[in-house]
Amino acid sequence: MKGTIENRDAFLSHIADKLHRAPEETVAVPEWKYQPQWNVYKGSSQDELVAVMKNACESIHTKVYETNSDQLAETLEKVIADYGSGSVIATNDDRFSKFGLDEVMKKNHVYTWNVSEGHRNIEIASQANIGLSICDVMLAESATAGLFNDKNKARSVSLLPVTSIVIVPESLIVPRITQAMQMVEEKVKAGEEISTYINYISGPSNSADIEMRLVVGVHGPVKVAYIVVKDL
Amino acid sequence: MPMKVGNQPFFEAVDQAIHNSFMVNAVSSAQDGLRDRKIRATVGDETLGDWEDWRNAGEEIRAHTLNHLDFYLKQLSDNFAARGGHVFFAETAEEAREYIKKVVRQKKAKHVVKAKSMVTEEISLNEALEEEGCDVLETDLAEFILQVDQDRPSHIVVPSVHKNRQQVRDAFRKLGYTGTDEPRELAGFARKTLRSKFLNADVGITGCNFAVADTGSICLVTNEGNANMVTTLPETQITVMGMERLVPTRKELDILVTLLCRSSVGQRLTTYVTDITPGDQTDTVDSPKDYHLVVVNAGRSNALGTDFQAALHCIRCAACINVCPVYRHIGGQAYGSIYPGPIGAVLSPILGGYREYGKLPYASSLCAACTEACPVRIPLHELLIKHRQKYVEGGGEPPISEKAAMKGFGIGAGSPFIYKVGMKTAPIILKPMVHDGEITKGPGPMKPWTRGRNLPAPSRENFREWFKKHKTSKLLKAAQGKGTGESL
Repeated sequence: MKGTIENRDAFLSHIADKLHRAPEETVAVPEWKYQPQWNVYKGSSQDELVAVMKNACESIHTKVYETNSDQLAETLEKVIADYGSGSVIATNDDRFSKFGLDEVMKKNHVYTWNVSEGHRNIEIASQANIGLSICDVMLAESATAGLFNDKNKARSVSLLPVTSIVIVPESLIVPRITQAMQMVEEKVKAGEEISTYINYISGPSNSADIEMRLVVGVHGPVKVAYIVVKDL
Repeated sequence: MPMKVGNQPFFEAVDQAIHNSFMVNAVSSAQDGLRDRKIRATVGDETLGDWEDWRNAGEEIRAHTLNHLDFYLKQLSDNFAARGGHVFFAETAEEAREYIKKVVRQKKAKHVVKAKSMVTEEISLNEALEEEGCDVLETDLAEFILQVDQDRPSHIVVPSVHKNRQQVRDAFRKLGYTGTDEPRELAGFARKTLRSKFLNADVGITGCNFAVADTGSICLVTNEGNANMVTTLPETQITVMGMERLVPTRKELDILVTLLCRSSVGQRLTTYVTDITPGDQTDTVDSPKDYHLVVVNAGRSNALGTDFQAALHCIRCAACINVCPVYRHIGGQAYGSIYPGPIGAVLSPILGGYREYGKLPYASSLCAACTEACPVRIPLHELLIKHRQKYVEGGGEPPISEKAAMKGFGIGAGSPFIYKVGMKTAPIILKPMVHDGEITKGPGPMKPWTRGRNLPAPSRENFREWFKKHKTSKLLKAAQGKGTGESL
């Protein structure tokens, strides 16, 4: 599958002319003189990063629950109840089974995203009270859940329901977006395909467009909660 | 007019804005809030280390990328197309509009949803698509308010900053809103109204905060979630980007996203930072099937290779706007451009020419607060001075009246006789307007000056006469004799 490119040559020649040189065939990205990003929370332990993340959650209206893998099912059930139960949808992510959550999901009538059901998935997600996802990386600095979405780990699940609950394996917590970008860069360098939709989400949607008053919950979820699993 | 806001001449628009006390108060308060948040998230956040290092990093990344812009655009388009996306390079706004109209026509699309994008404002995309018979809906809350109220933006990041909640409520009444003027209730109404529109949209259109050249990706930085809706639900996604809005890789994206989020709204990251790459989506349910990227020049290349190239480093954070004392008093719409404030006064003449925007560089006290605030170190106040130089050197194509006045002054000042007569007659002609040695209401070209402050009345004795009278005095001789090189 290949797309199209129109009007490129003349456009780029015009730019090169303006820059007073011929078009360039190769350019190496330099080793930047300033790279302050690597010093942020450098050398922090996972416990320290959890503390940073919890602190950041306070300013993004996001509640944090902490648990261990053997109590994850119980905690998930409690969190679902805390947010009003009702209709729940989850991404189609193998890790729900690996984390031993099949039973609790069945008990709570959780609908799992199923590509073969087509548009019905979107209808269910947009009517759901809760969307369940597992993050692929968590950025401590901003308490941001990084979701590498694909056709099964669907982006709608963390977008359309009223509440988004994200399970956060503690081992996936990194200092900041720098490390997440590096993870993707490494895949690119190794020639691997990257997710077509990398979603960094920090709390519920919000807006301050009316008189600069913060309103939480605009187009996306109105509430967000994280369940940090200490031993995963 | 694509970039133009309103039809008033600049000074008339300024006059009107200054007297709009609600707007001035709203803008001042928004500026204070945004500036304080920015300070807390930048120089005030010790976890970042030295904020100046971040600014330096941003500057070197932007300078490198712009110096090799053709290469990175080639790489971006190759990678976008290799993953199945379609790229169109538009030299002009018209070319961009025509291409997008063509795509919409091919898709037989009727319902278009848009996420906030200054470049689509710049190219008048909404009007063009409406002419095609499309229903075009802005989905960012502020842009939605402006669209419903048929108004234009006054700030890059908070476009409806000039409106109060009662005005928003009254605008929503047109859509059947019956609630109060509580922001939460108003936002809830927008959520409900727009949700069904997202679900039924054929085409989603976004701008582009940063494109990533090495993978052909598009990064969007938002808070409301509307851009995620726009890039999730419609079958076709069209991204419109100013040609300078790209980075080589995600290593640079990291720095620029950090600078943008912290400088614009004082957040560590905005609620949504979304990194989108075209790919095979044939069996996906909630993803566009067709990706288009429109790369727009529309005057940007006027800055390349000139003193103004650094203006293209801008990441549209509005930090310069949030510290500008002139913007504080006149708001955004008085600039007559969708790009207001210091960056608007630099960028608008580059994109739209001096004839339309040549006066904007004078909307500055040259205090340099903008330059200090800029996260990528654009020397904004220096560029404003350069614009002024070019404008007075003839690049500005000033109005005929101004040209005639300057020519008249040239003739008068060039002829000793006329100059002498002028000096002699000025005090006599202006005498009826002088009160207590000052002119408070000047005629013609003096009018704008005396509206703000008094003008000293011309002295009956000019310098030449005074000098002639005193050149034999002891004091003057003593001063003259103090040594060569010194003069009075």
